Amino acid sequence: MAWITQNLWLIPALPLLAAGLSSLAKQRQRAFAASLAIGSMVAAFLLSCAAFVTTLGHAGTFREPPVNFLWFQLGETTLQLGWVLDPLAAVMLVMVSFVGLLIFIYSVGYMAHDENFTRFFCFLALFAAAMLGVVISNSLLLLFVCWELVGFTSYMLIGFWYHKPSAAAAAKKAFITTRIGDIGFFLGMLWLYSETGTLLFYDGGQGCLEQSALTKLAAQTTMLGMAASTGISLLIFCGAMGKSGQVPLHVWLPDAMEGPTPVSALIHAATMVAAGVFLVARVYPLMETVPANATVAAQTAETLTPALSLSEREREKQISASDESIRVEPSAVRKIADAPQNVLSLPAGEGRGEGEGQEHAAAHAVSTALKLVTWIGAITAAFAALIAVAQTDIKRILAYSTVSQLGYMMMGLGVGGVAVGMFHLITHAFFKALLFLGAGSVIHGCHDEQDIRRMGGLKPFLPVTFGTYAVGMMALAGVPVFFAGFWSKDDILHNAAHWPVSSGPFWLGVFGALLTAFYMTRQVCYVFFGQRRAGILPARHAHDERSSKVHSSVPSSSHPPGGQAGGLSYDPHESPPVMTTPLVVLAVFAVVLGFFGTPAWPWFQDYISGHPATGDLSKLFEWETSSIMLLSTIVVALGLSAGWWLYGRLPSATPEDLDPLERMRPSVFQVLRGKFYVDELYEATVIRFNAWTAWLSDGLDRVLWDGVVRGVSYLVLGFSWISRFIDEYLVNLGFDKGCDGIRGGGKLAAAWQTGQVQPYLRVIGLALAALVLLLSWGRVQ
Amino acid sequence: MTPLHQYLFLSALLFGVGLAGALTRRNAIIVLIGIELMLNAANLNFIAFWRFSRHPELATGLMFVLFSIGIAAAEAAVGLALIIAIYRHYRTANLDQFDSMKG
Repeated sequence: MAWITQNLWLIPALPLLAAGLSSLAKQRQRAFAASLAIGSMVAAFLLSCAAFVTTLGHAGTFREPPVNFLWFQLGETTLQLGWVLDPLAAVMLVMVSFVGLLIFIYSVGYMAHDENFTRFFCFLALFAAAMLGVVISNSLLLLFVCWELVGFTSYMLIGFWYHKPSAAAAAKKAFITTRIGDIGFFLGMLWLYSETGTLLFYDGGQGCLEQSALTKLAAQTTMLGMAASTGISLLIFCGAMGKSGQVPLHVWLPDAMEGPTPVSALIHAATMVAAGVFLVARVYPLMETVPANATVAAQTAETLTPALSLSEREREKQISASDESIRVEPSAVRKIADAPQNVLSLPAGEGRGEGEGQEHAAAHAVSTALKLVTWIGAITAAFAALIAVAQTDIKRILAYSTVSQLGYMMMGLGVGGVAVGMFHLITHAFFKALLFLGAGSVIHGCHDEQDIRRMGGLKPFLPVTFGTYAVGMMALAGVPVFFAGFWSKDDILHNAAHWPVSSGPFWLGVFGALLTAFYMTRQVCYVFFGQRRAGILPARHAHDERSSKVHSSVPSSSHPPGGQAGGLSYDPHESPPVMTTPLVVLAVFAVVLGFFGTPAWPWFQDYISGHPATGDLSKLFEWETSSIMLLSTIVVALGLSAGWWLYGRLPSATPEDLDPLERMRPSVFQVLRGKFYVDELYEATVIRFNAWTAWLSDGLDRVLWDGVVRGVSYLVLGFSWISRFIDEYLVNLGFDKGCDGIRGGGKLAAAWQTGQVQPYLRVIGLALAALVLLLSWGRVQ
Repeated sequence: MTPLHQYLFLSALLFGVGLAGALTRRNAIIVLIGIELMLNAANLNFIAFWRFSRHPELATGLMFVLFSIGIAAAEAAVGLALIIAIYRHYRTANLDQFDSMKG
């Protein structure tokens, strides 16, 4: 086992240490905090690279043996934690630490004028530690702990400018919304633990993602005829939905843009929101487990022979369930059963080779959980893209785009397996971080302006930002061949087209791709092309409410606040090199990464699935592959040209100009700008219900429970009053009399004791005389 | 030889003087002197009864009285020390003012 596998914990521990040390730093120790955070990230990145190289070196072995340790033991119950290094963890480690490092460096420039610079880096480092912890953990419990830590730091960083009421509200919204999903996750975890007795993913055959546990879970039927594995998968997916902003729970992510832009880039675009996707990828063996209650034979065999041990049952099931392995002699079957790591189900559905013939024949059917994942992802992808079309805040457009792309990732996981979803996750992390940092650079250059209607014509002022932003935009839109987004999205669409269940997700995905190209063109046209619209408005009160808050309450503004009051126009300026350099690096990766996962050379997919890499250029030209590529190329071209036709050709001259779409279809546009009124819907249903329940509970508390409590207290008061009466007038009177008597006697007796020596002596003398008299009188008689 | 009753008479007189002094005087030192007188009266009784006993050749009474005198000396020393300590505390030797032992 490699050194790095044993010491994988160092990767999250270093940023954690940095966070701890910088939390002790004083507010003015800026350089100390920043260099500590960046230094720890550099070290984490180097270690991650070492880990990555280790997984590369062991091309044949699919997973390094995990390192597990006992956390605590309560009687029979044990809880183990651990970490694991496999290709999935390794690519995430490299991605998180690298993107994180670039964003840390960028933040030095972006946050340079914020008075709470030190605190910012402390939280960033803590976030990085927790995120890296999520990635390496081999235990659902450890993953959950880090998952919640990630959510906590997200809360702290969204609300970093907590004196803005909107930021504080957004932080709360993010925290509570993700918590709703996390309840599902937590319940799923408890259920999984009660069924399998372990939360370790991989534990030499005993882990909950390994064959024996999965077989057991799949065989168990619970309510509604659902297998335990399905129920647990769905509950865990709830957590992923909350964290990754999938449709019913997506509302927090756009609001999370209240945080500083590097935070939006790191947490709410590149890493944390992808944690949900990563979670699904991590528990993929569980997700793809097809319930065994379909195969009645296996179930009846189990109910008839309850006394059989687990391995025997499993062996029986393998014999009965797999058609081709029925002829295998018992010794071979025993070997399989005794070495369960051989029959690990590979995370990638497509990566199933002939070597794993022992897998159930039924495993190629699509499980309920994956169907749900796919549908939710596809709906999210199209839904969020529609909303993004009508937004005017530069970061909000990107936020909805993130939601949409996360939907793509979920869809990719559902239709194509781990490798497909993860490929889009990695490429998306780079180009979306790039877009966000570019947006941050634009905002920085435009004096904290976020409304794209008030930008325009920025291209000559921000050359580097424009160049890199264009690369990011084309990568996101999926401009063919040269950009990463094209290949990863194409991979998803390709798999969706061959999904056996339905073609709905495919068409939703194509529609989403069209919209993605369209809204990104719209945004770039608004921001960089046309003429400058900033400063034309005479006064700032016409501003979007949000952006004016940014101005009034954020002390981080790098420009004298007095200069902004007059509504004069300023020349936008390019950001300092500390901000543009990360942009350039990310732009390079947004281009290069795509070539690691083309159909001709699917290195990434092979790497994740543990296959030796294969390269076959002819695959690129097979009709099956190229038809999808052609389709997506056409779609992207359509989206780009529609965007250019509407926004680039005749750019609006003033910020008040109506959006061309709004002129055409005002009602539809209003719905889109209102984000389909999901927030309002929640306001009217969930929140109103919640408020009503709270009101009712309050009333019950005040009237009913308080009444009961008061009644009891009055009863007690009455009793105590009676007791006092008895005490004072019956007990005390007698007692007082007794006391008085004793006190009188004491006084009388004490009068004798004067304390003076001579009276005592006098008494003694008298007594002596009396004694003498008595004795002599007796003698006389 | 002086008859026994004369010794006893003297002894009783001594005792009476001592008792009167101890009871009537307010000065602690005088009271102590009175007590010493009473003790010596008792010693005189002792000697007299020894001399007129059936075995005057045995020196038991003499020994007893010697011890008694020794103890009386020790007692006088302790008593005087006490009186001095009390005097230093109260700045007086008047027994009427020493009443802190009352109940």
